[in-house]
Amino acid sequence: MGAIWVPLALTLKVALWATAINLVLGVAVAFGLSRWRSPAREVVDSILTLPLVLPPTVLGYYLLVLLGRRGVFGAWLDRLGIELVFTWQGAVIASTLVAFPLVQKAARAAFEAVDPQLESAARVLGLREAAVFFRVSLPLAARGITAGALLAFARALGEFGATLMIAGNLPGRTQTLSVAIYAAVQSGDDTTAGIMVAVTSVTCVIALLLAGWLAPDHLRRSRP
Amino acid sequence: MSVDIAIRKTLRSDDRHFELDVAIVSQQRRVVLFGPSGSGKSLTLRAVAGLLTPDTGHVLVDGRVLYDSAARIDLPTRMREVAYVYQDYALFPHLTVAQNIGFGLDRGWLNPRRRRHDERVRRWVDSFELGNVADSYPSRISGGQRQRVALARALVSGPRIVVLDEPFAALDPALRGRMRSELMALQARLDLQLMVITHDPADVEALDGHTFEIRDGRVVGTPDRPPLVG
Repeated sequence: MGAIWVPLALTLKVALWATAINLVLGVAVAFGLSRWRSPAREVVDSILTLPLVLPPTVLGYYLLVLLGRRGVFGAWLDRLGIELVFTWQGAVIASTLVAFPLVQKAARAAFEAVDPQLESAARVLGLREAAVFFRVSLPLAARGITAGALLAFARALGEFGATLMIAGNLPGRTQTLSVAIYAAVQSGDDTTAGIMVAVTSVTCVIALLLAGWLAPDHLRRSRP
Repeated sequence: MSVDIAIRKTLRSDDRHFELDVAIVSQQRRVVLFGPSGSGKSLTLRAVAGLLTPDTGHVLVDGRVLYDSAARIDLPTRMREVAYVYQDYALFPHLTVAQNIGFGLDRGWLNPRRRRHDERVRRWVDSFELGNVADSYPSRISGGQRQRVALARALVSGPRIVVLDEPFAALDPALRGRMRSELMALQARLDLQLMVITHDPADVEALDGHTFEIRDGRVVGTPDRPPLVG
């Protein structure tokens, strides 16, 4: 069973970190984009959507070029003693990048659906912009953001290409479920592969069911 | 006790062009801006609240300068002490009635707690007879109750002026008369400085204030009794 639990635990750890990072990063970028009045906005949005359409191997290649020991940031990180290639942290970065558009898109749509009059009302009642964000915009967008985050979590669970490129396939260290399935199939261990496929499928279904259950209750109640 | 407003603003969007140029000076406690929709009444209110920045002009309430283009003064919305009651009330749908009323009392990053009510909130809940619905969400209460919540939310922090955008338009005709007299009684009891915009001659008559008729972005008159055309 260790053949399954070790990669499952690693996969959950990587996916949770990737989702947490995207909740901060994706929500911040989405809020900025939803309030930014500039013709460049859609260009930036398109660039940020690229991870959704580019092959994960291409993303993984970009990450290697940027973060590898001889890469632009890699050399700099190396001097600080930070190693990302062939580590689980590298897998987190790969999953974060691949899942980013799912959070960003959902959050932007949710922020744009917030009635600007409610935000004005909060300003008139004496709130600063940061307080307007945390007390009005964010809670009203929470439902959409939660849905996006759970999609991103499910996507991060299944990340394969970019993870393999940057984190490799080191059992116990960087071998996530989807990579372990590939390795098991390659070595003819169909039983292990089958169990892992079932575990991955069930975990993804649970994540998607949670998406419905976690949606803030009071927002549903407020619908007439 | 006065309002002194003189603002100019040119608005352009695609092929439309709107020129706002209004001057309103009044010593009365009830100021009414009367005119058809699209005449610039709401823009004027938004400029008083700081939600719209005029090109030039000034806005003074009780002698306090909220905006003055010549002196380069433009107080941010949150510091104007203007209470704004929106036409459809703009109640926060994710907060209860009590939380809505107490919203402006604490200006930090957290909304008021759901179960613990501030003393000031309780006073307004009682005086507006909202006790039964204090823990309900705005979608679950009646139109008249929604308007009372919006008024209580606006008044709880003691504003210098209360501006109301078509306060009775969202109510059914039967309720409209009752809410008019409620507002009048409230104004008299608290000696509130009100500024009300309306397209309804019946409101003008009921409010019995200093009325300015606005058309196409300009003040065209201050009729004692408005013409009976909306």
